[in-house]
Amino acid sequence: MAVEIGGIGHSVKRKEDARFIRGRGNYVDDVKLPGMLYLDIARSPYAHARIKSIDTSKALAIPGVLAVITGKDLVPLKLEWMPTLMSDRQMVLPTDTVLYQAQEVAAVVATERYIAADGVAAIEVDYEPLPVVVDPIKALQPGATLVREDREQKDNHIWHWEVGDKAGTDKAFKDAEVVVKQDIYIPRIHVSSIETCGMVASFDKVNGKLTVWMTTQAPHAIRTVIALVAGHLGLSEERIRVISPDIGGGFGGKVPVYPGYVLAIGASVLTGHPVKWIEDRSENIQADSFARDYHITAELAAKKDGTMQALRVKTVADHGAFDAAANPSKYPAGLFHIITGSYPFAKSFVEVDGAYTNKPPGGIAYRCSFRVTEAAFTIERLVDVLALEIKKDPAELRMQNFIPPTAFPYTSSLGWEYDSGDYGRALKLAMDKIGYADLRKEQAAKRAKGELMGIGISSFTEIVGAGPSKHFDILGIKMFDSCEIRVHPTGKAMVRLGVKSQGQGHETTFAQIVAEELGLPVGDIAVEEGDTDTAPYGLGTYASRSTPVAGGATAIAARKIREKAKLIAAHLLEASPDDIEWKDYKFQVKGVPAKSKTMQEIAFAAYTNHPQGMEAGLEAVDYYDPPNLTFPFGSYICVVDIDRGTGEVKVRRFVAVDDCGVIINPMIVEGQIHGGLTMGLAPALYEQITYDDDGNIQGGNFMDYLLPTAMETPSWETGKTTTPSPHHPIGAKGVGESATVGAPAAIANAVVDALAHLGVRHIDIPITPWKVQKILKEKGVAE
Amino acid sequence: MAVQTAPATTTGTRRMKIHVTVNGEAHDVEVETRILLVHFLRENLGMTGTHIGCDTTNCGACTVLLNGRPVKSCTVFAVQADGMTVATVEGLEKDGKLDPIQEGFHEEHGLQCGFCTPGMMITAAALLAANPDPSELQIRQAISGNLCRCTGYVNIVKSVQYAARKTRETAGGKA
Repeated sequence: MAVEIGGIGHSVKRKEDARFIRGRGNYVDDVKLPGMLYLDIARSPYAHARIKSIDTSKALAIPGVLAVITGKDLVPLKLEWMPTLMSDRQMVLPTDTVLYQAQEVAAVVATERYIAADGVAAIEVDYEPLPVVVDPIKALQPGATLVREDREQKDNHIWHWEVGDKAGTDKAFKDAEVVVKQDIYIPRIHVSSIETCGMVASFDKVNGKLTVWMTTQAPHAIRTVIALVAGHLGLSEERIRVISPDIGGGFGGKVPVYPGYVLAIGASVLTGHPVKWIEDRSENIQADSFARDYHITAELAAKKDGTMQALRVKTVADHGAFDAAANPSKYPAGLFHIITGSYPFAKSFVEVDGAYTNKPPGGIAYRCSFRVTEAAFTIERLVDVLALEIKKDPAELRMQNFIPPTAFPYTSSLGWEYDSGDYGRALKLAMDKIGYADLRKEQAAKRAKGELMGIGISSFTEIVGAGPSKHFDILGIKMFDSCEIRVHPTGKAMVRLGVKSQGQGHETTFAQIVAEELGLPVGDIAVEEGDTDTAPYGLGTYASRSTPVAGGATAIAARKIREKAKLIAAHLLEASPDDIEWKDYKFQVKGVPAKSKTMQEIAFAAYTNHPQGMEAGLEAVDYYDPPNLTFPFGSYICVVDIDRGTGEVKVRRFVAVDDCGVIINPMIVEGQIHGGLTMGLAPALYEQITYDDDGNIQGGNFMDYLLPTAMETPSWETGKTTTPSPHHPIGAKGVGESATVGAPAAIANAVVDALAHLGVRHIDIPITPWKVQKILKEKGVAE
Repeated sequence: MAVQTAPATTTGTRRMKIHVTVNGEAHDVEVETRILLVHFLRENLGMTGTHIGCDTTNCGACTVLLNGRPVKSCTVFAVQADGMTVATVEGLEKDGKLDPIQEGFHEEHGLQCGFCTPGMMITAAALLAANPDPSELQIRQAISGNLCRCTGYVNIVKSVQYAARKTRETAGGKA
């Protein structure tokens, strides 16, 4: 029965595949409307410059170019600035000064895509270059070039944020037997989903209705933002429809509002035509929001035997020219205070200072919940630094210190209440799967021969599922999420949610939750997301929040339906509701399986034969406000070999043991972990966005920014333990990002481990062949 | 804002007549010489299964077969396809029957967001046409010009292996 239903725990093949494998997906660039115009954007070649003049005459002379929009045109519309999700503001188009390379300067609207590009090429802008600051530490020094002249505060400091017991932590460090300290830079990287960002905006002048197809992970929040930003132009929220169609990967990059979206909407309102704007890759990778860019100094205090006592972390965060991160309002550094990780530090203190620089906005996610990778990487790297310092095996040191399973729910010294965990079990399983003891023997033998092999561990704790409304909002909108279920008379169901899949397989997994709760086959349940005219309000998909939050809403909405269905079953079976039980996906009279009703029979009765006094129909909606976050965890072990000639790091094996609580679809979860691991490998060894001193981006396309291919990516090995979340309706925790959070430290620790006997204690990621070869030469072991 | 009143439609760029056969269907059309093959397929023929992911021939989302060989259609002009055959994702399914490659991607969970999938499957089709029994390394080499951000490639490799197996079985009459 269970297999036919396809409920929780089954590797149901994905419903959404049918269109994708036929080339019948519907991505934003596939939307084509009659009379549609194209918008393209002219961008700044300078990182900081005064705009002396913009000459649009040559562009306008091109047949097919209908309009050129500059910042000055937006002033009367009050659209030259827009609010960011972090209570800062961002230029839509500059009226005076550009603040980073590739910033939007003017927009061309034309009848064809190629003509719009011709128009962009024909715009002539006279710039006066200004001094540039790209280093956030220099930006915070007195006398630094001022990035944001528009602010009252005349320096580059955005905010200071701190959490923990400063005095107690300082004292613990003063009294400590062992203190290790490590500077760690976590570089600026870009999510680079294979689909770039874009929009088709269509304004119906007669009805005053704006419909947009948009690459957004959070369509409902975007609708509200549009109403707030452009309400004064007559765009009213009940007449704004945001459709997030098929999305070609998001990973956090499709949460923010980019100027191109605003320009496309403005151009459609102005012309009365639908307007399409699609970024090309260089625009996407040069101007859209970036992740990370954290300059961290981390210290750990411990006893001589390795017992961890206190943690102290100071960080400078580079947010570029606009603080356009998508963090919960209360937490400008996101959930960075999960940095105590899997260990019971008695005292800890964390402080972060945000800085403006002449770089595009930073601070968005890279497939991880708000700033959690930065935290997990730091603590897991620091644990290995301690292991080296006190000459203890890093696995043993972790096992010695883990928060014990009996301590849950566990409240960390930085205030989080971890829901559940069994860290030692996950690490032990990973060690068994990879053959840890044998690997250490092999390493010793290889070292004796001069070969470089390393083993790295990362036992991370994630924090996802934002979140409880008492703590979490974005621009004041609480971070609940929603599900509406309608069971039709023939027993088929339509399920709509406030989240939006970008490849996670929601059409399948959310159908499985409903199948499990209602006893309807998964094939009879359609899941629809991303259309704000039909779906209930929600905050969207990012930070691994869909299953923890919308998944909770789905289970509870289904249970509301089941409650009503029980009354109908009692009516049909002529029994008291108290004598009815839910068994084997049916309602039956207690102990009498022969007297039963299926959900299909009940659904039909809900419209044809419902009890007197009961409302007809069988539907429910739930807005779920989770009582707490969820805390997935895992232990990863990586084995690397280093080429002494080239310095190349080869990941030989990688075992990932994850615990994401109850698993809805094991196939999809494993796929999520594979992808997450690859986006953990990427920043560990390959990806980094750098700038020269003039603010020129050094890796602004796929020739210079190295996404791992099938050749670099190892054949991931996975394993699992299951520790349900005690507060989640189905015990699930979320998984999309765990592997991206946990993997970088395992890889970096493995490389350092391979070189530790030479005196190496830390290497900043990405660990490129060039960096490794330089070390090998310095240590005299290069071939 | 400067707005022109009368939209013009001619661009003044050169145009050329081409004869292209796409998924078995012949097209005699006049195109701008600067139109990329991928835009020709997507815009002129309305075949939006072939995607665009970069400007630099790196990502492979736009891969199609040109006279049977995989090319990145963002780096080929439509006029260069004159007199040639083009095969795209839309042509994989024949007579309502999925190609083993499509079946493999579904069965082995070889796709997530689906954006790289058409290019990935077309590349796999070219590989299997040349080598019906590729090793894992040969599969990885073949798809190394196609970037995927979602799957980590493990299940894509399995999908191609599934298709290879299925195709061999069918050819061997065991199916």
